[in-house]
Amino acid sequence: MPSNNTGRHRPGQDHYIASLAETPVAEIDQVDETGKARSTWADAWESMRRRPMFWISSVLILIIVLVAAFPGLFATYSPTECYLKFSNGDPQAGHPLGFTRQGCDVYSRIIFGTQASVTIGLLTTIMVTLFGGIIGALAGFYGGLLDSFVSRIGDVFFAIPTVLGAIVVISVIPVRDALSVSFVLALFAWPQIARIMRGSVLSARNSDYVMASAALGVSRFTTLVRHVIPNAIAPVIVIATVSLGIFIVAEATLGFLGIGLPSTIMSWGNDINQARVSVRTHPQTLLLPSAALSITVLAFLMFGDVVRDALDPEARARR
Amino acid sequence: MTNPETVSVTSSSANEETPLLRIRGLEVGFETQRGVVPAVRGIDLTLYQGQTLAIVGESGSGKSTTAQAVIGLLPGTGKVLGGSIEFEGNDLTKFSDAQFSEVRGSQIGYVPQDPMSNLNPVWSIGFQVEEAIKANGIAQGKEARQRTIEVLKEAGLSDAADRLRQFPHQFSGGMRQRVLIGIGLSARPKLLIADEPTSALDVTVQRQILDHLETLTRDYGTSVLFITHDLGLAAERAEQLVVMYKGKVVESGPSRTILEDPQHPYTQRLVAAAPSLASRRIQSIKSHKSSDNDLHIFGQGSLDDALIARAASRESAATTDLIKVNNITKVYEIRKQGFRKDKLLAVNDISFGVKKGTTTALVGESGSGKSTVAKLILQLESLTSGSIEFDGVDLAGIKGQELLNFRRRVQPVFQDPYGSLDPQYSVGNTIAEPLLAHRVGTPKERFTRVSELLDQVSLPQATRHRYPGELSGGQRQRVAIARALALKPDVLVLDEAVSALDVLVQGQVLNLLTELQSELDLTYLFITHDLAVVRLVADNVCVMQGGRIVEAATTDEVFENSRNPYTQELLEAIPGANIKLGA
Amino acid sequence: MLWYAGKRFLQMIPVFFGATFLIYFMVFAVPGDPIAALYGDHPPAPGVIEAIRAEYNLDKPFIVQYLLYIGGLFQGDLGTTFSGRSVTDVMAQAFPITARLALLALAIEAFFGIFVGLVAGLRKGKLFDASALVISLLLISVPTFVVGFVLQFIFGIQLGWARTTVSGDAPWGELILPAIVLASVSFAYIVRLTRASVADNLGADFVRTATAKGLSRRRVVTVHVLRNSLVPVVTYLGVDIGSLMVGAIVTEGIFNINGVGGTVYRAITLGEGPTVVSFVAVMVIIFVLANLLVDLLYAALDPRIRYAK
Repeated sequence: MPSNNTGRHRPGQDHYIASLAETPVAEIDQVDETGKARSTWADAWESMRRRPMFWISSVLILIIVLVAAFPGLFATYSPTECYLKFSNGDPQAGHPLGFTRQGCDVYSRIIFGTQASVTIGLLTTIMVTLFGGIIGALAGFYGGLLDSFVSRIGDVFFAIPTVLGAIVVISVIPVRDALSVSFVLALFAWPQIARIMRGSVLSARNSDYVMASAALGVSRFTTLVRHVIPNAIAPVIVIATVSLGIFIVAEATLGFLGIGLPSTIMSWGNDINQARVSVRTHPQTLLLPSAALSITVLAFLMFGDVVRDALDPEARARR
Repeated sequence: MTNPETVSVTSSSANEETPLLRIRGLEVGFETQRGVVPAVRGIDLTLYQGQTLAIVGESGSGKSTTAQAVIGLLPGTGKVLGGSIEFEGNDLTKFSDAQFSEVRGSQIGYVPQDPMSNLNPVWSIGFQVEEAIKANGIAQGKEARQRTIEVLKEAGLSDAADRLRQFPHQFSGGMRQRVLIGIGLSARPKLLIADEPTSALDVTVQRQILDHLETLTRDYGTSVLFITHDLGLAAERAEQLVVMYKGKVVESGPSRTILEDPQHPYTQRLVAAAPSLASRRIQSIKSHKSSDNDLHIFGQGSLDDALIARAASRESAATTDLIKVNNITKVYEIRKQGFRKDKLLAVNDISFGVKKGTTTALVGESGSGKSTVAKLILQLESLTSGSIEFDGVDLAGIKGQELLNFRRRVQPVFQDPYGSLDPQYSVGNTIAEPLLAHRVGTPKERFTRVSELLDQVSLPQATRHRYPGELSGGQRQRVAIARALALKPDVLVLDEAVSALDVLVQGQVLNLLTELQSELDLTYLFITHDLAVVRLVADNVCVMQGGRIVEAATTDEVFENSRNPYTQELLEAIPGANIKLGA
Repeated sequence: MLWYAGKRFLQMIPVFFGATFLIYFMVFAVPGDPIAALYGDHPPAPGVIEAIRAEYNLDKPFIVQYLLYIGGLFQGDLGTTFSGRSVTDVMAQAFPITARLALLALAIEAFFGIFVGLVAGLRKGKLFDASALVISLLLISVPTFVVGFVLQFIFGIQLGWARTTVSGDAPWGELILPAIVLASVSFAYIVRLTRASVADNLGADFVRTATAKGLSRRRVVTVHVLRNSLVPVVTYLGVDIGSLMVGAIVTEGIFNINGVGGTVYRAITLGEGPTVVSFVAVMVIIFVLANLLVDLLYAALDPRIRYAK
């Protein structure tokens, strides 16, 4: 090994040994028996719990869901009780938000309209996640022809922007209700989730624990279900929560254009559409349902953000 | 040569040199959700002009953090909490960002660990070298371009002028590291910090790179602060060693002294356990020669004797081939974009046998095909040609219940402790999974078996409720071993099973493995790139290169008397193989 | 690079055919009378129905219908609108206007989005960052038409700074307010994307090495951090063009702009199904082509893509 050949004294480089009292040596690689066991989900929960945004968005979502499920509890007047004499009327006692052009109570129309929007958002998200998720997982895991086929088909659907495709299809379908509108939206939105799931599954598939599973003799399918999917699902959950909000906006846009739900079904989209005419003179008839819509979407988006931060592996490593 | 007195001489006589770098009482910590976590807890270090000093330690010792503090590159949450870093009379802990900018590159250079992630993938190599030259005021304009070409030529790139415009991903790992070294030294700094500069590279490339670095720093008179986890490497390349443990310096001094006469218990453990040093000791015992340059590496408390004894008992019991590989070849077809298919010859007509009860090592660098052989034997990939026999039975076309029976008898342990356990499964469930998959026992029996296995790998019973994310690398590897042993297999295929572990932990796991081998009469196929580890645990060695076996013999023969040039290169590359006599 | 471009072009072709086929399929292969369905509550005169049936070749088998349509497409014949003008004519007039609007929107969202995202990413956790996050969330939650009406009201009616409707030939100046409306949601996404990317890259190894080389902080941030953070933004732009197209329908409707979006908006409001379908088909084709361009831009930014095997 190289050595000092200048011959001069070099302070600080002699053989130094630290005292054992200051530098005690622990057992090699001891398991820390203190502390509770924590899986990744428990870990994520811990970090979500601490964030105020989590609680705010959860409470908001809870309220919204309750309003959607039991609108009657929240509104005193019926939304269909409309008197033309009140057309575009200002707020009065019992009618805090005034009246629509048809003379209906704005407040109760907002309350009763929640159901349609939330239902469509929820239905679409469920359909997209189930269909896109399963297809993406199978394509990513089994690869080969299935993967090529699914990817090509996905590319084709992906090439048609969701709302654009919805505009075309909704024009021709015979029945327009929450289910069919959701289905049409899901029809064009599934490729995104499928791609994300596929990518996630692909990286999980190359993990050593999948190889170890195969070496144990566990069947491919069981490995997919028990090992790969639980580990690949995190990004899909994040996108699904955010998508819920996006789908609600999409439905409102369709409603604004007049090709959403039929006017017999009460929805924010329809109300906004009908309020277009009086927007210059009485903007609140359009802005109030829009505000309700925005708050709902905001709640879901905030929740999605919190979930993403909790599940993000890099953020976890920094904790 | 070294003055045994530790009294510091306060008079600035002409006989006393002033250090280039002096660290005193340095404390560094990181801010986390739970408060400030200390990483460096008061260390002293002195480095003189033209010297190479190595900081040695395991992960968590604070060695990298120290290096980063010197050049002001602590990650966002890191802070210097106390102490001083004197460089040429200035205290770097008090430097502003602008002041550091001045010093970095021109006075203090830096060579990082991983050459792929440390070069920006979207800019060409020439661009990245040139901007360093311009930023440090070495040259501007056309002259800068000229200097860039010189730096690249010095790095060993012969057609430098043409390859200027190429991107990092078009170069090999070794080449990229040479470029990084070139960048670090381009302004001829007084001090170069090399943070594990070769840990991410192949073994034979490591030696070349380090030789290259040594030549350059010697020519320019640069001092080097060398960070490494490998004690043998440190002793080979540095005249001074500083051993760190849990943020503190436990021992420091001239390299030879540390190797021959370590005083601190931690240093003693390190010297006893480091594979490169242990293999030297075992080799001199086995070849009945004292080492040819009078170097007596400390060996008290080492596992040398236990390992030698177990090897002897294995040898005497050796019988027939349990695994026999006959002329196997594996060709991969990689589908490129479009319709072309490229063929990759991963394994090229190799044959070898593994005797029952012994440990056979498959040694090679990346791309040698050794992992592919493991997968072929484990029936995780199919053969292109040739045959594999297990216990006398040809494994061709095996499926169904037969395949399941085979799997019970041959189990793997993989390298990456952070990937081989499902993070969502608790330890108990992971170990019990093989029992479930093969429908062995009632739930109660499985519970008991898991307890047994935890004992066998020396993990406390409470571990069964934990998740992999909460355990260290060594602990996860022990869980992986427990899982592999659940079905009482005959053979364990260990694919780089200890390569990602810290030195002491590695020693512990190797010891556990050889113990288990005697207890349970196991046969091991041990795949690794590290010949030093082979010396410790293997009875027979097959050296692989480019898909072929270039040498196959007993470990003793290979270390004593190898006739193959590639094997000799690998032997030369074991760090510490060339610890030269001091003047 | 040329080879990569050629490869992507070839890959685009099946998608092109697939997407147009899909639209055609959706509309015409659904059981029932597509014409009646398309016109919904506004059935035109019987003679018109016959003419349209003949034009869309509804008496022929479905595949033939599609092939005839594609054939017509390549000859520049995209069908006729309700008022009798050919789609090609309308497109020639409307497309430049929408193109101006879209380019303006892209410029606004890219420039401001990347800038805000960069600053937020550099000051992660501080006030600017937190506000940027909240504002971007708000912008995504509020539908484009609401933003449109609100801004039209404030700047057009209350303050009088801009025109509430855009004149026929839609000069650049008048398109600024609509472009802001159109860009609002995408702006929010770009801010978030850039912010995340910058925050990630700040901790990257190569950024540390760049700093270690002695580069000034400014140079490290612009040449290394920002440059690498642009890549995911460019990927996003491809998808964004789709939402810009949908947004254009709404925005041009609100501001009465004679662009492609405005035409579709009118067609939808008036219930002219076939016109809607023709225009949407053209928009999808443009989307596919635009994505091809974005892919090439992405390859220009990230050398690993063009040299990948």
